[in-house]
Amino acid sequence: MLKLSHISKTFNPGTVNEKVAIKDLSLHLEKGDFATIIGSNGAGKSTMFNAICGDFFTDSGSIVLDGEDITFMPQHARAKNIGRLYQDPMRGTAPGMTILENLALAAGRGGWLSGISRSDKQRFKEQLALLDIGLEDRMNHPVGLLSGGQRQALTLLMATMNPPKLLLLDEHTAALDPGTAEKVLNLTKRIVEEHHLTCLMITHNMQSALELGNRILMMDSGDIVLDIKGEEKKGLTVEGLLDKFKVGAGKKLDNDRILLSNE
Amino acid sequence: MTLATALSLGETALKLGLICSLTVLALFLSYSMLNVCDLSTDGCFTLGAAVGAAVAVSGHPFLSIIAAMLAGICSGFITGFLQTKMGVDSLLAGIIVNTGLYYINIAVMGGSSLINMNRTDTVFSMMKDALADTPLKGRSDIIVALIAVAAVIAFLVFFLKTRLGLAIRATGNNADMVKSSSINPVFTTIIGLCIANSFTALSGCLLSQSQKSVDINIGQGMVTIALASLLIGGTILGKGGIFIRAVGMVLGSFIFRLVYTVALRFNMPPFMLKLVSSVIVILAISGPYLKRQWPQLKRRMTHKKGGI
Repeated sequence: MLKLSHISKTFNPGTVNEKVAIKDLSLHLEKGDFATIIGSNGAGKSTMFNAICGDFFTDSGSIVLDGEDITFMPQHARAKNIGRLYQDPMRGTAPGMTILENLALAAGRGGWLSGISRSDKQRFKEQLALLDIGLEDRMNHPVGLLSGGQRQALTLLMATMNPPKLLLLDEHTAALDPGTAEKVLNLTKRIVEEHHLTCLMITHNMQSALELGNRILMMDSGDIVLDIKGEEKKGLTVEGLLDKFKVGAGKKLDNDRILLSNE
Repeated sequence: MTLATALSLGETALKLGLICSLTVLALFLSYSMLNVCDLSTDGCFTLGAAVGAAVAVSGHPFLSIIAAMLAGICSGFITGFLQTKMGVDSLLAGIIVNTGLYYINIAVMGGSSLINMNRTDTVFSMMKDALADTPLKGRSDIIVALIAVAAVIAFLVFFLKTRLGLAIRATGNNADMVKSSSINPVFTTIIGLCIANSFTALSGCLLSQSQKSVDINIGQGMVTIALASLLIGGTILGKGGIFIRAVGMVLGSFIFRLVYTVALRFNMPPFMLKLVSSVIVILAISGPYLKRQWPQLKRRMTHKKGGI
């Protein structure tokens, strides 16, 4: 499904601020894979997402999504096949527009000059009702009035309304309170299963990294140092994971605390 | 001031307010929706006036409207292209286009800085002839302006609810979200500016035809005037649907013109007018800001005096 081959990215090359963000990274994701990604700050997790989404073009290597080479495809064109959620709940929605208008834009149906049809409205309402947070009765409220959790749930719905080939979740529950985070996470699980989405999820929460998905990737210094899948992943504990990291990266984690948080 | 003078003042303000409200509606699209402060407005307004006059003088009053709007679209395209594809800052792009347009406008006006349309057929003179024997006689200018404003508002109400319209609004709101909806924000910005500038040019074209003359300085200060009207309109009718807000823009334009006309009536020297408009803009922008700050300020003052 997704094939990253030897991609690299250096920011500000040749200056004092030179930063090698991704170094010769390769990853092959099968259709239906749900991989969680862990790693300390600055390991290159978000940069890898940015590379996949086309925020910048990589310095070398190629990116192939479902057989199509997207290495130099512009960002908005890739978005047809890639859904993405950010950590910041404000980034995924337009606050000045209503819930209905946000959904209509995300659905992207019809020609440029077509309005929102009644059947679309009905469909959006049903889909909102499935989120089970009462948004279906507030379709004409501006999104700016919603709480962070509600906005993130809405963004999730918008990103998966036309099931994407790949869903990227960049710590999408990190800015939410524990209760809301759990709700959004359960919602994520359900939607991913429903549409059999191929999904990459960055998290700092070891526990959910272990519970969710069929694969764990651990990143360090711009590369994937550990890739655990299948049976091996099922029996894994937090301690086991840390030990494996030590072997994989050849050093102890910079900051165990972040990774160990059990919230 | 007698009732008759008051009425005639109101009528002048209404006519100018309606015609210039087209520019306010243009900024409503570019400034309020797209979040781009389009400083090419002055030049584009004059461009519309100049192109409209040149075409009208050659005997095509209706074509002049279309020609002016097309010219506005071109100007908007260049402003949009510069800021999205050439890496020019959006304010700077407006200023550059504005400067360039000055020379283009003189060229359009045949090298002179004034075109007289006293004996030219315009949409206004044609409406006047058409209404000559009806009770609406003498109101023809206002009717033409009303038709134009109604058409533009109707277009905006329809357009801003279409997919493209929603995308343009979202571009000013959250460009990231537009990209993730597989829409290129470069495209929406350019289209938005093209449409907005076509309204600005239409506004200029109508103003010059109603005055029966174009001066190269006809558009000077237009962006300030339109911004003031936009802010006044937003204060009165800032909440609600697109239609309500658009009507607010027209109302804002009318109120601004009313103040302006009354100021003229009080024998204010003409050179003071630009200053008056600047003061109004400052009041319109800082007023709401200071109003928001006021409770804080009050609290600090009570605190200083030893209160709670």
